[in-house]
Amino acid sequence: MKRLPLSGVLIPLLSVLVAMFFGGIMIAVQGINPLYTYEVLFETAFLSFDGISVTLAKATPLILSGLAVAICLRAGLFNIGAQGQLISGALASAWAGYYFVGLPTLIHIPLALLFGATFGALVAFIAGALKAYRGVHEVITTIMLNSMVIAIADYLASTPFKEPDQPLTRTPAIQDSARIPDIFGLPFGFFIAIAFSIALWWLLRNTTTGFRIETIGRNRNAGWYAGISVKRVTILSMLVGGSIAGIAGAIETLSITGRFEPAFNAGLGFDGITVALLGRGNPLGVIPAAILIGGMRASGSTVQFKTGVSPEIVDLLLALILFFVTAPLLARLLKRRHENVAITSGWSN
Amino acid sequence: MTNLLEIEKVSKSFGQVKANDEISLEVAPGEIVALLGENGAGKSTLVKSVFGLVKPDSGVIRINGKVIEPGDTASAIANGIGMVHQHFQLVPVMSVTENLILGDEPRKLGVIQMKEARNAAKAISERYGLDVDPDAIIEDLPVGMAQRVEILKALRRDVKLLILDEPTAVLTPQETDELLDVLRNLAKRGVGILFITHKLREVMAVADRVVVLRNGKLVGTTSPKQSGEAQLAQMMVGREVVLRVEKSQAKPAAPALKVTDLQVLDDRKLEAVRGLSLEVRSGEILGVAGVEGNGQRELVEAICGMRNRVGGTVFIEGVELPNLSPRAAHDAGISHIPEDREKHGLVSSYSIADNLILNTFDKAPFAKGWIRNHDAIAKNGITLVASYDIRTPSPNLPASSLSGGNKQKTVVARELSQNKKVVVAAQPTRGVDVGSIEFIHNQLIAARDKGSAILLVSAELDEVLSLSDRIAVIYGGKIVATFDSKSADRAEIGRLMAGSNA
Ligand SMILES: Nc1ncnc2c1ncn2[C@@H]1O[C@H](COP(=O)(O)OP(=O)(O)OP(=O)(O)O)[C@@H](O)[C@H]1O
Ligand SMILES: [Mg+2]
Repeated sequence: MKRLPLSGVLIPLLSVLVAMFFGGIMIAVQGINPLYTYEVLFETAFLSFDGISVTLAKATPLILSGLAVAICLRAGLFNIGAQGQLISGALASAWAGYYFVGLPTLIHIPLALLFGATFGALVAFIAGALKAYRGVHEVITTIMLNSMVIAIADYLASTPFKEPDQPLTRTPAIQDSARIPDIFGLPFGFFIAIAFSIALWWLLRNTTTGFRIETIGRNRNAGWYAGISVKRVTILSMLVGGSIAGIAGAIETLSITGRFEPAFNAGLGFDGITVALLGRGNPLGVIPAAILIGGMRASGSTVQFKTGVSPEIVDLLLALILFFVTAPLLARLLKRRHENVAITSGWSN
Repeated sequence: MTNLLEIEKVSKSFGQVKANDEISLEVAPGEIVALLGENGAGKSTLVKSVFGLVKPDSGVIRINGKVIEPGDTASAIANGIGMVHQHFQLVPVMSVTENLILGDEPRKLGVIQMKEARNAAKAISERYGLDVDPDAIIEDLPVGMAQRVEILKALRRDVKLLILDEPTAVLTPQETDELLDVLRNLAKRGVGILFITHKLREVMAVADRVVVLRNGKLVGTTSPKQSGEAQLAQMMVGREVVLRVEKSQAKPAAPALKVTDLQVLDDRKLEAVRGLSLEVRSGEILGVAGVEGNGQRELVEAICGMRNRVGGTVFIEGVELPNLSPRAAHDAGISHIPEDREKHGLVSSYSIADNLILNTFDKAPFAKGWIRNHDAIAKNGITLVASYDIRTPSPNLPASSLSGGNKQKTVVARELSQNKKVVVAAQPTRGVDVGSIEFIHNQLIAARDKGSAILLVSAELDEVLSLSDRIAVIYGGKIVATFDSKSADRAEIGRLMAGSNA
């Protein structure tokens, strides 16, 4: 349980810095001053109230999709399917958002969130059950489910749930009663996401279920020996992850997009993988990771406008971060220096 | 003669623990030096420093007078040091040859030269008289053979110094004897050998010199000629150790564990336990004697619900246990000291305290309903670390920081502290020092006297003979004979273990 806090923070921090260094070289190659670019990026994302507000709005689904990946990592499962679970949740909540008319807001929003959670969980359940009972690797099933969910959602948004009398493939707009408002200019969903992070962190630490999840994630065989049902915990972890990804899609729908359209939500689930790894699988670590990546996503176009750097630079930076945070290189370098302090690998066993 | 290995004032600390404190020692070419010491004395740390797996805080290590780079295994290997680790580092699905060349494959234009590698493997196993089939797959080999592959791997480069960390912990007595022969042969060829063991018999049999560590310090150097087993034990522990088990007469009551006509398959789906029946009464220790690989592992795992029973029944005090449920076995009253502590017994990244409640985490007082009780877990950790003499500065440290024997004590502490009706103890003293063996044996006897039924499975015939009230000999997945321990004849048991039905 005890981990060296230093390495938990140091490795992600270093990987961001090293990624920025290499990203900086790529920016300089375009004949643009990388320091100025980063300055603009930072300023836009974090140094004004409006900037922060946009950043947090972008960070909100990322925190949740990051949690969806992180909780599964703790159980030793690699949930690549946050994207599909998120889309399933987004569509379900959009449907609940427009279909039910005349509900009070205090009922409509939770109901739509519940729809999102349920349908996100449903997608994840398939992968969890296949893993538990058939031993099919979750990476394969979740990738396949991503494609299936996208295709099914396309179909549903283009035929049965389509907004009538207009050419676009999209659902009708949700009712006003299902709209999640901002509070004090900050997205309300952000606070929900933070609450989920803290709750998950607390549950993992303080409940027997959390202990079961951690145990099978660290040593499946010892979990079996200790009388933990590996099958049940595998499915449970996928269900929790899937429902959180579904809620990510629901909050995005109910507060930002206001309806379901296939082009929406692109990449939110995949960014969740970067967020979870950068946050080292820790539900609290996911928050700063999501805010950082949300900030980069939020300021991409401004940075392009002001410096002329191509907008793909944000994707490049994210890819570099992902590369360095997963590459064992940095960890090994650090481990050498601190080898006389017991470093354990956290969730990876 | 100049020394092959010179360790000069090597120190290494882990936090507050001084694992090695200014240790100096030499090994001459062709000399066999045994490194003795209690669990946590610092033996593994010292040899890891020599092999470059641990970087000492201070001190110098020389090979043939040449200083080797601290904390650099490549330098150690380049200078002719080979090491056999306690845990096998082999890839189970690969062949012997493939394992031998792994990481240093002979290539031509980037293509691995398998034929060449195979011939080289054959040549080297012949040169050292280590008979291993180069085409055998590791997972099909008995442990003793796998061990030889480890040694071959270490010897593949021109090795001048061979280090072995508890190489005999998992070997049968016969395999051990063969290993000792191999070591003698290597020494004759001028290879210096530094080996760690807890078994004094081996020390007496092969060591030219014995070096004893205690609490990180070198406390003495002697030889088997100068000191007997009892003296060595005393040097290690710092007090007199009773090497013989002293126990009162058992007072067995009703049968607590009853196994009838049990059939179990091994990992390769071959029948390993074939219609085995046994019965252990409350207040007695039934020892299962047998050569490893005769179904002991499968028997234990099937009783404890971890392995599928294809036939037969297991009853605890008259209640049948469901198949494949470790939880049900536990709840019915079975404690299980698993034979593989790293695989099943511990979560090494968890704290010692969490490991001490690994299978009681959801029971009072460690959980109140759904909520874990951290105070109770911490208190239990402190109590058990003290009462089972687990050497660590704090139960909050990860189990991975423990020495091998202290990991074993952690598992034993967890299982025996639960006072269950039935204790299934598989290799309960594997890797444990003589002082702690005495302690664990006394704990097992105390559990017996409190009325537990104890099923002891051990590869150490001596352990089975001295601890058991009754002895069952297992061969080919069946109990072939049962003796009262007083009427047991060592030679006869040995014959039965080897499969003769005399
Ligand atoms: N990575 C580590 N982090 C913290 N403490 C450690 C670490 N490795 C070893 N220690 C401590 O150093 C001491 C010496 O350990 P070492 O493994 O050398 O003992 P040992 O003599 O080999 O014991 P055993 O006979 O049980 O294998 C022990 O107290 C152990 O807890
Ligand atoms: Mg050791």
